[in-house]
Amino acid sequence: MRTERLSYTSREQVDVYRFSWPVSVGLPFLMVLQAFLPVRLPFLRVFDFGLLLTIFFAVSRRSQVSGLLTGAAIGLLQDGLTNTPFGVFGIAKTLVGYGASSIGIKIDVENPGSRFLLTFMFYALHLAVVLTTERWLMGQHVHFNLGHEAGAAVVNSVMAVFLFAGLSRFKIRD
Amino acid sequence: MNLFSRHKNAVVLATVLLAQLLALAVQVKRQTAEGPVRLIRFVAINGLAPFERVLIYVGEGVRGTWGNYIDLRNVRRENQQLRAEADQMRLDRAREQEDSRQARRIQALLQFKEQWIDTTVAAQVIGTSGTENSRLLYLDKGSSDGIKVDQPVITPDGVAGKILGVFGPHISQVLLINDSTSGVGATLVKSRLQGIVKGTAMGEVTLNYIMGDESVQPGEQLVTSGGDKVFPRGLVLGTVSKVSMGRDLFLNVKVKPAADLNRLEEVLVITSQKQREPDVAGLGPIRASDILSQHLPGVPQAQPPAPAQNGAQAPAASTPGAPQAAQVQSAPQSSTPKSAASMQQTQPAQHTAQSSSSPVKSPSQSTPHGASASTPHQNTNAGQSASPKTPAKPAATTTPAASEGTNPR
Repeated sequence: MRTERLSYTSREQVDVYRFSWPVSVGLPFLMVLQAFLPVRLPFLRVFDFGLLLTIFFAVSRRSQVSGLLTGAAIGLLQDGLTNTPFGVFGIAKTLVGYGASSIGIKIDVENPGSRFLLTFMFYALHLAVVLTTERWLMGQHVHFNLGHEAGAAVVNSVMAVFLFAGLSRFKIRD
Repeated sequence: MNLFSRHKNAVVLATVLLAQLLALAVQVKRQTAEGPVRLIRFVAINGLAPFERVLIYVGEGVRGTWGNYIDLRNVRRENQQLRAEADQMRLDRAREQEDSRQARRIQALLQFKEQWIDTTVAAQVIGTSGTENSRLLYLDKGSSDGIKVDQPVITPDGVAGKILGVFGPHISQVLLINDSTSGVGATLVKSRLQGIVKGTAMGEVTLNYIMGDESVQPGEQLVTSGGDKVFPRGLVLGTVSKVSMGRDLFLNVKVKPAADLNRLEEVLVITSQKQREPDVAGLGPIRASDILSQHLPGVPQAQPPAPAQNGAQAPAASTPGAPQAAQVQSAPQSSTPKSAASMQQTQPAQHTAQSSSSPVKSPSQSTPHGASASTPHQNTNAGQSASPKTPAKPAATTTPAASEGTNPR
C-alpha cells in the first residue's frame, strides 16, 4: 500500500519508506560500535549515533508509533551502556522519535539543509529532555556548557547530512 | 474506543513515556536531607503530603487550642523541672563528649592499620559508554578473574577509577574518576589538606571541599587519602592545574589527572589489599622533635672557610650531590631510622616507592629529605604487587644524600 501525503514545504507528495528487517534490527546495533570505537578514537564520544538513527528511521517511516518505539528501543539500549538509570535516554529518544516522525509527515526532509536543521533542533530537544530528567526527576546537580553543546549539535548535524545520505540506500519505497 | 483510535499515536506515546517514567522512578533514589529515597516513593509521598499536612494542621489547631488552656495551669512547675533536667543533661553531655574524644584517641592508637596492595590483575579496555554523559569503561576481565565491585583501577601513571559492576566472568565496568558521579578521598601532598576528587559533566576533575582561606598552589600533587575505603592511601591522582575562589566558601581546584583517562587501553585492577598492624614494638617513644624534623628542612651548618690552596676546592663544592649531603648531615634527627619509621607509621604507602613508574608514590618522597625511601618496610613489601609494570626496585629511590645521612642510633 502506497501512502502519499503532501508536504507543507514543497507541496510535493511525501514518500513513506520501509526497511528490510536485517536493516531495521542491524542498524541500531551498529550504534554499539560507538561504545567501542572511543577506546581508540576518544573524539567519537561527541557523536550521538543513537540520536541520528532515531531521527533517520522516524523521518523515513513517517509513522509516529514506529518512530517513538524505535527511539525508545535505541534510548534504552544506550541507557544500558551508561551508569544512568534506564529511562533517561529512553524518554528523550522516545520524544525525539515521535517528534521527528511528526515533522517528517509535514515537511520535506530529503534535502541536506532540512536534514541539518532537523538534526540540530532535535539534538537540542534531546539535550533539554535529558537535562530536565536529570535535574528535576533525579535531583542531580547538572552542569551545562553551552559552547560545547552547541558545537556538538553542529558536529552531529553535519554528520547527519552524510550519514542519512548513506543510509538512504537501504530505504525501500512503500 | 473511538477516542483511542482517533488519538492512537498520542496514547501510545503517553503509554511508552509513562512506562519509562515508572521504570525510572523505581530505579532512582533521590537524595533528600535524610538520605536516598526511591523516586516513586518521593513522588508518592510528596503528592500525598499536602493533604496530610492540612489534616494535621487542622487537628493540631483544635487540639492546641484546648491544650494551651489546660497546660497553662501547670506550666510554671513544669518549666522548673525542665530547667533542672536541662542542666543535668548539659553536664552529662560534656562528660560523654570527653569520653567520646578519649575513645577516638584510643581507637586511633590501637586499631590503626596500614593498607598494602596485595594482588593486581591486568585488564584490557574493550569499550566505553559511548556518550559524554557518563565516563565508563568496559574491561575484558570479570568475576572469573576475581574482579569485584569497588575494587580500585589504576594505571602505571595514576588512579583511573573503580569497578562499578561485574557483568559476567569476562566483563566488568569501570567508573572513571572524571565521571560526575565518582568521588575519591584525596590528600594534597605538600599542604596535607584533604578533600574529595570528583568529576564534572565535562569530564574534568576537581578537588572539592578545600576551604577558601587555605593555600593551594598549582603543580601540587594529589594522592589518595584512603578515607573512602576503596583506594589505598598514597596512590597518585594527579596535580593541581588551576586554583580559583569559588562562589561558596570553598576553592575551585582543577586537577590534571595523572592517568590519561581518554586513552586508556590497559589497566590494573587491585583485587586484594592487605591490612597490617603498624610495627611499633621496637620504636620506643617517639619525640615530637623527630616528627617535626620530618616536615621542616634542616638548617645547614656553617661551613668553616675552606683554605685557599692553589685552586683546590672542597669536594662538597665540586660534586653536585654534596650540598644536599651536607644539608642532611646537618640535620641528623631527620634521617635516623627511628624517625623514618615514624613516617612509615603515618604515611603508609611506602610500598609505592618500589618503582619510579609506579602509580603508587609515597607522600614522603616529596619531603625535603628523602630519608624514608629505603626502609625495612619497603624491602619486605617489594614485589608484592603482581603488576608487571611495577617491578620491585627497593633501593631505586634511595638517594645518595639519604643514605649518607643515615645515622643509626
